[in-house]
Amino acid sequence: MINLRHEAVAIIIEICDRYKDEPSPLMLILADVQKEYGYIPLEVQEIISAKTGIPVSDIYGVVTFYNFFSLEPKGKYVIDVCMGTACYVKGGQNVLDKFCELLKIKQGQTTEDGMFSLDGIRCLGACGIAPAVSINGKVYPKVTLAQVPQIIKEYREMEK
Amino acid sequence: MAKKVTIYIEDRPYLVDEGQSILEAAKSCGFNIPNLCNWRDHKCSLASCRVCLVKVEGERRLIPSCAYPVRDGLRISISDSAAVSARRTSVELLLSNHYYNCQACRKNGHCELLEVAREVGARPELYVGSKTPTTLDEIAPGIVRDTSKCILCGKCIEACKESQGIGILGFENRGFQTIVGPVANKSFVNVPCIQCGQCTLVCPTGALMEHNDIPKLDKASQDHKTIIAFVAPAVRAAIGEEFGEKIGTNCTGKLAAALHRLGFYRCFDLNFGADLTIMEEATEFVKRLSQHSPKPMLTSCSPGWINYIEYNYPDLLPHLSTCKSPQQMMGAIIKSYYAEKKNIDRSQICVVSIVPCTAKKFERQRKEMKVDGIDDVDVVLTTRELGQLIRRSGIIWSRLPNEDFDHDLIGENTGAGVIFGVTGGVMEAAIRTAYHIITNQEMEPVNFVPVRGLEGIKEASLSIAGINLNIAVCSGMKNAKVLLDEIRSGNSKYDFIEVMGCPGGCINGGGQPYVFPVFLPNEDPDIWYTYREKRAKVLYEEDKGKPIRRSHLNPDIQKLYKDFLINPGSPISEKLLHTSYNFHREPYPEPTEKTTPITKK
Repeated sequence: MINLRHEAVAIIIEICDRYKDEPSPLMLILADVQKEYGYIPLEVQEIISAKTGIPVSDIYGVVTFYNFFSLEPKGKYVIDVCMGTACYVKGGQNVLDKFCELLKIKQGQTTEDGMFSLDGIRCLGACGIAPAVSINGKVYPKVTLAQVPQIIKEYREMEK
Repeated sequence: MAKKVTIYIEDRPYLVDEGQSILEAAKSCGFNIPNLCNWRDHKCSLASCRVCLVKVEGERRLIPSCAYPVRDGLRISISDSAAVSARRTSVELLLSNHYYNCQACRKNGHCELLEVAREVGARPELYVGSKTPTTLDEIAPGIVRDTSKCILCGKCIEACKESQGIGILGFENRGFQTIVGPVANKSFVNVPCIQCGQCTLVCPTGALMEHNDIPKLDKASQDHKTIIAFVAPAVRAAIGEEFGEKIGTNCTGKLAAALHRLGFYRCFDLNFGADLTIMEEATEFVKRLSQHSPKPMLTSCSPGWINYIEYNYPDLLPHLSTCKSPQQMMGAIIKSYYAEKKNIDRSQICVVSIVPCTAKKFERQRKEMKVDGIDDVDVVLTTRELGQLIRRSGIIWSRLPNEDFDHDLIGENTGAGVIFGVTGGVMEAAIRTAYHIITNQEMEPVNFVPVRGLEGIKEASLSIAGINLNIAVCSGMKNAKVLLDEIRSGNSKYDFIEVMGCPGGCINGGGQPYVFPVFLPNEDPDIWYTYREKRAKVLYEEDKGKPIRRSHLNPDIQKLYKDFLINPGSPISEKLLHTSYNFHREPYPEPTEKTTPITKK
């Protein structure tokens, strides 16, 4: 166990205890840890494993299977660019590439200042407004390449 | 008795057990539907390989026969053209993401994927496209993982989790990026893997294999080292399978003959080492009985088991016998007593241990095992590697005579040593000698039957000279966990527990020949469920036939103590034959550059 503070360990154990009577508690525990910390590093998975008896390999498999879970800390603002069929056809990939270029990160990464994370996700369910981008739940419709710098600027200014 | 139902295969009626999968039912009717992921206990965990597709009347799609239970009146077609073609496509798609180098692949000859490709008539490289990034982990001394050959059937995951209760291996990532490996795609050395090799026994391809140490032997030979080999008990019960002998054939004589023809300086029977272990271990046990040592005492012969307890129950390490395993004791004696008496420079000796075990490759290089900075054993080969060595040397197995292992100062052995290779054997051998140590008489009858059999946990009680002893025997880490949890909670009633890492003991070790029914047309269809028993029988039969069946009556052992070791537990025994354990073994050490497997795009 490295780099984990006692308080953090206590909270993770508390989360595990929350679901100890569930028949399959793993997803519930992971969802809460993800919400609490924004990511689920290996050390945390080891604690969950020790607490629940589920092998770490199983936990790691679930964490890496679902996009919702993350092994790395996410940024303050999580930019989800929709890559569903409709958005993709309408240029979602170009929008994603533009974000990559301007934020100087790749898909799945976080900017050095911890401000933005960038993800390509499957369908947002808003195909009528393709291509769509969602930032911390706020949806931007019919995003054009010209709007991308605008959107980034909007958040940067909010932080000033 | 299960209820019988009638099914129809190509319109012919068959009576089968209700509740079986189509695949199993068809097998009982004389059909082997090509498949890859189906295996033990009549179940397929995932239905992931999609090779066993058949047509079922009334179903819109083709059905994976491994995951569909039969019911009365079910009409199945295996030869339906759509099913035949779909099975072929399934295999071709598996091959499209497979690294083709069958010629160089050590699994060649035992590769179920290659065999099933032949069965379904798969066309090579029909689908060409990008491949999943691959990882090659050759860092661990025992097991090699090469994901470029993995077909994601999940058998290894199940073997690790279900039969060993460990769960090192798992699926990672999603979709095309999916691989099987230890957490975060780490090397086996950076996770609490015990390197038992049970995963290598079920892998249908060359994705999980033992580490190849034949080159090390070749190097020693080039360097003109004096090569002294010895063979563990369980090898004789299985080596013949590499050359087409029926499972359960005793090959001791041919094995010795083959080794003589490989050009080694001497080849001994490791039963001698096992007898020596019993002398030390039984003495230690009797001594612990009279002292206030932690109870129960745990045996220490199985290196996979040692790894397990170090990683998971370090607080119970004081229970573990300090005796080295027979392999290490044998090596230590060869490099001290034998070298001295024969006047051979011990640095010029290459000790080759031939065992049914992948974890012994790890044990060999443990730093706790070294004596004066020198390893007891230099090369560890598995039964499978020995098979390769014999094939490579042009030895025709069927024409080998029966010979005896060498007897030269050491090497005489007893029936007690032979049964070391099967679960319960160490306990039985130890009791035979402990009885003698306590009472100065011989136990009659010599057999101690309650510890025989392949059950996961066995227990027995006995009374020696008024001392009541409760003993237990377990194999497979899933079973060991039960007993260890009892000890931890203070509820263990036992005095002595024998633990072997692999289910069934060394006869089912991770380095033993593969038992893939598809390559064993002359074995019974239920060979998956009976092969352990058949191999175990070989060892018990050999024990029965030995003139001496008690370790302490072994004349070479008696001479060794008289001339060199003085008595069990003496300072020189302590130095050569006993070891210590790592109380602080990190289950998930930080990977370094040296311990990170190679990943290729």
